[in-house]
Amino acid sequence: MKEKHSNTPAKRYGMIIDLDKCTGCGACMVGCYAENNIPFKPDETNKLDSINWIRVFKLTNHKPYPETEICYLPMPCMQCDGVGKHGHSPCVSVCPAVATDYNYDTGIISQIYTRCFGCRYCMAACPYHARKFNWWDPVWPADMEKYLSPNVSPRMRGVVEKCSFCFHRYQLAREKAYMEKRTDLAEGEYQTACADACPTKAITFGDLNNKDHAVYKLKNSPNAFRLLERLETNPKVYYLTTKKWVRKAGDNYLAHEEPETLKTRIKEHH
Amino acid sequence: MKETPLIPEGVKRCSKWQFSLWMAAATAVLLWGVYAMFLIWYKGLNQTNMNDAYGFALWIWADLAVIALGGGAFFSGFLTYIIAKDELKNIINFAVIIGFICYSSALLILAIDIGQPLRGWFIFWHANVHSMLTEVAFCLSCYFAVLTIEFIPLILENPRISQKPFWHHLSHNMHGIMAVFAATGVFLSFFHQGSLGGVAGVLFGRPFAYREHIFIWPWTFFLFTWSAAACGPCFTILVTWITEKITRKKLVKDNVIELLAKISGWMILTYIIAKSIDTLYWAFVTAPDRGFTLMDFYASPTYNIGILFAEIILCGFVPGLILITRKGRENKFLLMTAVVLAVVGVSLNRWVMVLQVMAVPMFSFDDWYTYVPSWQEVATTVLPVAYGIIVISLAHRYLPVFPQEKELNPID
Repeated sequence: MKEKHSNTPAKRYGMIIDLDKCTGCGACMVGCYAENNIPFKPDETNKLDSINWIRVFKLTNHKPYPETEICYLPMPCMQCDGVGKHGHSPCVSVCPAVATDYNYDTGIISQIYTRCFGCRYCMAACPYHARKFNWWDPVWPADMEKYLSPNVSPRMRGVVEKCSFCFHRYQLAREKAYMEKRTDLAEGEYQTACADACPTKAITFGDLNNKDHAVYKLKNSPNAFRLLERLETNPKVYYLTTKKWVRKAGDNYLAHEEPETLKTRIKEHH
Repeated sequence: MKETPLIPEGVKRCSKWQFSLWMAAATAVLLWGVYAMFLIWYKGLNQTNMNDAYGFALWIWADLAVIALGGGAFFSGFLTYIIAKDELKNIINFAVIIGFICYSSALLILAIDIGQPLRGWFIFWHANVHSMLTEVAFCLSCYFAVLTIEFIPLILENPRISQKPFWHHLSHNMHGIMAVFAATGVFLSFFHQGSLGGVAGVLFGRPFAYREHIFIWPWTFFLFTWSAAACGPCFTILVTWITEKITRKKLVKDNVIELLAKISGWMILTYIIAKSIDTLYWAFVTAPDRGFTLMDFYASPTYNIGILFAEIILCGFVPGLILITRKGRENKFLLMTAVVLAVVGVSLNRWVMVLQVMAVPMFSFDDWYTYVPSWQEVATTVLPVAYGIIVISLAHRYLPVFPQEKELNPID
């Protein structure tokens, strides 16, 4: 909700997750935990108060054997561009203390932990349940604190946190480029921990506005879709799949509607 | 020289020991809530049963409900001082006290509800002007200040305080300019009641809550203000009736109650017609546009279509129709039934606009979320009730709250 910065061409960092390649191994989650100093509980049975910046959902087509199919769907923060694609994302617009903000240089939504006072309105606003609350003080097992990343500040009890697209990696890459007197980043210079950790290369990360980046082409694939597109949240995380039932599971449809016909309608509508 | 009594002249009050016993019982409940409150402040929100799906829960409902029910203060003030319905001067003091209790409770609940209570002031300091919650915080605080100003002259009317000329004159002068504060209160209430509706209505990521809008204001903005103005006076009537039953005295004449009930009835009826239109548009246009049918929102055993029936028909049209008829208002049983239904109705509306919003699954591969509050949440929600009982008891005993009490209960 701040003024636009225009010293470099605006980027829209985004992610393409190929669901046909995802095996549901959870390496993206593990990589994310390690990279972002995400705390965990001694007992993680109750997932509703677990903190994770990316979750892997298991979807099924609900058909009996032998037609049963399953699909694993990793879900980070969607970094929504919001209505009108100008940063009016569901969470940013509601935060009463500007503790979450839309970065016009990157399209990434930040979370300012020291400003958040824990009202949780952003959590109520987010349809993806991407935002997590620190119900407890973060405690790591003995000696594990030595392995925490110095680039990401651990969060305190009583504040909300979420996926930042590993924004500290962007900052480090920018610093390196600055020292080398470059104004732009190469595609591989800034990658998220989950994209790096994925063994099947199901996650592709880059600038959705840059024609040279893989994500630019992938997002235009006929197999691409976004979650809950009809809510006009305009996510920057796209999914790829050849399975029609998976594409249909990504949004809500009335009985007579099909994703393909509706997609055309939504485009015309905008 | 004989000391001026603490109890107002010409009225009868229960004995000291009876009053002390009553206050002790209320204080015990209050202390239970205070203990839970400190437990939450000390140990954090892990003392609740809220979770990442249910980030808003019992407290936010309680907050919205007490603010709606406390709406009797601003609307009665509007009718008394702006519209000049003089009969209502006989109940306005009590409406202000109820409003004061409701709003102070709401602020206390908010202070318990936030994860970092010491940072509560950030909402004012780092205010995001685009957030409905910011507007709520500003208007709520300002209106609480107005209610305090409205309450002060009544406190100053205690015989022992009033014997000092300074306090006596201050009270008199404050009464003289009360219309200004009443008008300010109406203005502020319009915005914060509306903003509370806006809190849910702007959630375009939550189809159950989301409503179309005019400029920045979703329909819920207007519906929340309307419903608070409609049902708030019913809560004033209900608490007056309870106070009369407990004190075993008639405190307000029937014509005053009936006038307030009549205005409330028309407000409820017009509100519920507007709410029905809003519901129909939401059910047949807004929600289907996002891929949801009406029944998708009521497909849970807990959240079934009965809720909508209860809110609109049973607790909306029924009390509205009872209260607009003379027979309904004059029949004590019907009157109180309608009043209770209206109070339940507005509370139910706030419940669904908070808890059902959280419960509805967003994905086809997601399920309904359930939530049962912890004892700490229940205790801190009961706390304001005990606090309200204590404030009303003290006010009734030591202040001339009801101007008609002397006339209705002459002492031989």
